Amino acid sequence: MKKIAFITAATAAVLAIGSSVANAGTLDDVRKRGELRCIVSTGLPGFAYTDAAGVYQGFDADFCRATAAAVLGDASKVKFIPATGKTRFTILNSGEGDVLWRNTTYTFVRDVDVKTTFAAVNYYDGQGFMVPKKLGVKSAKELGGATVCIQTGTTTELNLADYFRSNKLKYEPVPIETSDEARTNYLAGRCDVYTTDASGLAASRATFPTPKDHIILPEIISKEPLGPVVRHGDDQWGDIIRWVFNLTLGAEELGVTKANVAEMAKGTNNPEINRMLGAEGDLGAMLGLEKDWGTKVIAAVGNYGEIFERHIGKDTDIGLERGLNALWTNGGLQYSPPFR
Amino acid sequence: MNMTTADHDVDGRSALSKIWNNREARSVILQIITMALLIGFFAFIISNAVANLAAVGKTFSYDFLSEPASYDINQSLIAYTSRDTHFRAGLVGLINTGLVAACGVVLATILGFILGVLRLSPNYLLNRISYCFIEFTRNVPVLLHILLIHGIMVHSLPHPKVANTEFNIADLFFLSNRGVFAPKPIMQDLLWLTIIAFVIGIAFTVWFKRYAKIIKDETGKIYPVFLIGLAAIIGFPALVFIITGAPVTWDVPTFGRFNFSGGVVLLPEFMALWLALSLYTSAFIAEIVRAGILSVSHGQWEAAGALGIRRGRILNLVIIPQALRVIIPPLTSQYLNLTKNSSLAIAIGYMDVVATIGGISLMQTGKEMETMILVIAIYLAISLLISMFMNWYNKRIKLVER
Repeated sequence: MKKIAFITAATAAVLAIGSSVANAGTLDDVRKRGELRCIVSTGLPGFAYTDAAGVYQGFDADFCRATAAAVLGDASKVKFIPATGKTRFTILNSGEGDVLWRNTTYTFVRDVDVKTTFAAVNYYDGQGFMVPKKLGVKSAKELGGATVCIQTGTTTELNLADYFRSNKLKYEPVPIETSDEARTNYLAGRCDVYTTDASGLAASRATFPTPKDHIILPEIISKEPLGPVVRHGDDQWGDIIRWVFNLTLGAEELGVTKANVAEMAKGTNNPEINRMLGAEGDLGAMLGLEKDWGTKVIAAVGNYGEIFERHIGKDTDIGLERGLNALWTNGGLQYSPPFR
Repeated sequence: MNMTTADHDVDGRSALSKIWNNREARSVILQIITMALLIGFFAFIISNAVANLAAVGKTFSYDFLSEPASYDINQSLIAYTSRDTHFRAGLVGLINTGLVAACGVVLATILGFILGVLRLSPNYLLNRISYCFIEFTRNVPVLLHILLIHGIMVHSLPHPKVANTEFNIADLFFLSNRGVFAPKPIMQDLLWLTIIAFVIGIAFTVWFKRYAKIIKDETGKIYPVFLIGLAAIIGFPALVFIITGAPVTWDVPTFGRFNFSGGVVLLPEFMALWLALSLYTSAFIAEIVRAGILSVSHGQWEAAGALGIRRGRILNLVIIPQALRVIIPPLTSQYLNLTKNSSLAIAIGYMDVVATIGGISLMQTGKEMETMILVIAIYLAISLLISMFMNWYNKRIKLVER
């Protein structure tokens, strides 16, 4: 009898697990749970890393908080799920995470065949190379015969193979799982070159004992539009992620900041700001959110420019320029469709 | 059989309870229920997977295997470029798994036998050293061994630039944190004579062994078969090699701008995985060998000694054949463990079958289900092959009872 009881229990347990895999209704699931499960990097300074208190911080982590602020009205209700380059889509597609804010490159195959949906591009990046200054390398074309550390399971791995093949250069790839391991191996001299997205290089370099001894080569060998990802087939949830991001852009463009959002939410004479912050119209209800979702997002994390400057901008250790990520009005690519 | 069923009729119990109280019938019912639940369980898992794949709109297909893999692999025993297919990339990984498993099995067996014998040594110091080594090695998880050895190689060994001038043997072998570099032999025309000599040596040894056995059975005269075999297999080809003027040139590694080029290299990832797996498994093998030797009763030594057989021969002819019967079955499972543990390669980036087809290919194509099924099937096949071989060997050395 014991055996039967056990099998019944096991079957019931499996049934329970099986039925939690859902594709539609992510918004309802998150609300019911009272917590957003946000997939982030295992640790990339500036983008998603744990601070001394063990709390996730960074550019991507703040977009997780913005999402939670919009959906649950509380930016702290985020459970961060760290994922490697290899496990991220499996975690997303299996329903273990609700959204992936993890410097993930938007590609055709991932969008179409891996059955995920890219909701936006929150950082326009490109693949670069970092080398120790003492090697005296000035260009990536001089890297023939070098040993190169790459994060395995990423688009950089494919770009690297293509770049060296088309330039007829030989190299030895050293595949590595996380950016921490890459840093250790690069600093130990296991490889001459570390290649990943240029933003990631700058972020890693900021954590080196002597960042000045390393240079990032001028060649950018690929387009790496990084953005949030959701599962295929839940359009409402995809819309929420897309417009949370657009909101941070729109806020920057219209001068809404963390400091003045409370004041502006009472109503301004710009109708678009009023629609974004919920003083006018009912955009929130159309998304299935509260009327003041926009106010809560900006109050929690600020606008795009504020998030950028706080974590990866010029005044941080990472020191990235806005570059392609400036607003379109300043010659960059960041551009939000209108809120109407 | 339960003979009291008739009484139950009198008691007026229901037919159902009668069946239930019959031990045989009950056992059949329980087995049927268990089977039904088991089948239901697997049917549910499969249908769940199919339904979920369909729900996210994924198809199940192995077509990706013929697409270009587009990534490079740093250690490949067969020709491979990033333009080759995922299938070939998987094959490269499979060969790398095979390489590290085969090298690991050989080294673990040699080390294990030495350690096991030392462990029984009457010399106190040797005995204790072996004991400490075995206990330390087998009580630390193998993943930590791998990370430890890899860490030591990458962090403690010198950069190739330093190795080029300081850490080398005769400017031929270089020890660096990018691996061990050694000259690579390149065949010249006359080398085939040496190869022929080698084949002749083997053939001669096989024939001589049979001949020696016949002579031994007839006259009792014993030839030193091992030494003569050694001379035929190693000495004779070596002689031919020298006479033909050593027809091999060496491709010596030279330091370029970043790294050594030319020669052969053992990457630190391979070395770390190989050494860690071998050391870890050798500790278990040592204990198996010790158990095997101790299982042969001391009386066997004394009986053989009383017949006037020398100590070395007693070991060869009496003790080891009996000990092997005890050693082989658990040794098989150690070989299987070593092979399966080699999948921990992923931790240090050794490109085995898990890292290629079950890692990068999985990631680049998004075919989790397909690639994982493939990897599982491959490990299952390798393990079953090893088991088959060891079972055959076990049968061969089994004591023939009359």
